[in-house]
Amino acid sequence: MNGEALFVPDERDRALMLATQAGLPLEARPYHALAERLGWAPEEVFARLARLRAAGVIRRIAAAPNHYALGYVANGMSVWDVEDERVDEIGRWLAEQGEVSHCYRRPRALPLWRYNLFAMFHARERSEVERAVAAAAVRLAARFPGAVRAHEVLFSSRILKKTGVRLDF
Amino acid sequence: MSATLDDLDRRLLWALQDDLPLRERPFAVLAARLGVNEDEVLQRLRRYLAEGIVTRFGPFFQVERMGGAFCLAAMAVPEERFEEVAATVGAFPQVAHNYRREHALNMWFVLAATRPEGIAEVAWAIEDAVSLRVWLFPKEREYFVRLRLRP
Repeated sequence: MNGEALFVPDERDRALMLATQAGLPLEARPYHALAERLGWAPEEVFARLARLRAAGVIRRIAAAPNHYALGYVANGMSVWDVEDERVDEIGRWLAEQGEVSHCYRRPRALPLWRYNLFAMFHARERSEVERAVAAAAVRLAARFPGAVRAHEVLFSSRILKKTGVRLDF
Repeated sequence: MSATLDDLDRRLLWALQDDLPLRERPFAVLAARLGVNEDEVLQRLRRYLAEGIVTRFGPFFQVERMGGAFCLAAMAVPEERFEEVAATVGAFPQVAHNYRREHALNMWFVLAATRPEGIAEVAWAIEDAVSLRVWLFPKEREYFVRLRLRP
């Protein structure tokens, strides 16, 4: 993905990640609670978390909100069939649109699947997502004439599972 | 199923999407910023988790930095088998989330593995378990965004 060397966690990093993957203890001193659970000195928990964060292994320590509960009931996966030569330019442009949470280039799976660019749109209503995607399509057509051959929005109609990742570190 | 939120909930849910400080009492830092006390923050956060307003509070791991992988996957599931297949897929611990979407490919889920080969392995295991083709859509490139949901 990027040129940086991979981070190789040691045993204790792995223990720390395992201990936090279900979540941080919700106590006034969560890192101390974690240290207690692990039987470590709190300083080690702080030092290792800081190192994992600096290495990019931890992106952030934060809440994963439930989009639905916050009223963002409409979540549309917009998918675009874009000229390969211009997909990066267009991907960067789409990622800057305010309603987009994720934007990725992915391989096509022809003939079933022609789309190579995915951008997730969130809004409170399906019609808002549709409007935002339609507006993006119009601006894309003006800005990159002929580069976008087709697009579609796939709405999610149900969450079947949402646990976050549970990994065997 | 939108939750009923007051003004403090909205401000707190916004702030909780930011990186929590690595400090002895990080919720006190957050509370001070919002002009409330630490206990209020903790009680509300516990409630959000209990009520499913927040699905998880903790570190977000970037498994790719450790040689692991995430991969978007999809299946075209016959309607009459949908519940059964959803249950089978959901039971795999490597499946992080799974959504029904309205398309011929009607089940979209994310696979996670600690090694890149792990993705193909779990995809095969799922195919084996449900006798349906799993289409993999690995990310070739990420265009960076950082959306926070305005509660």
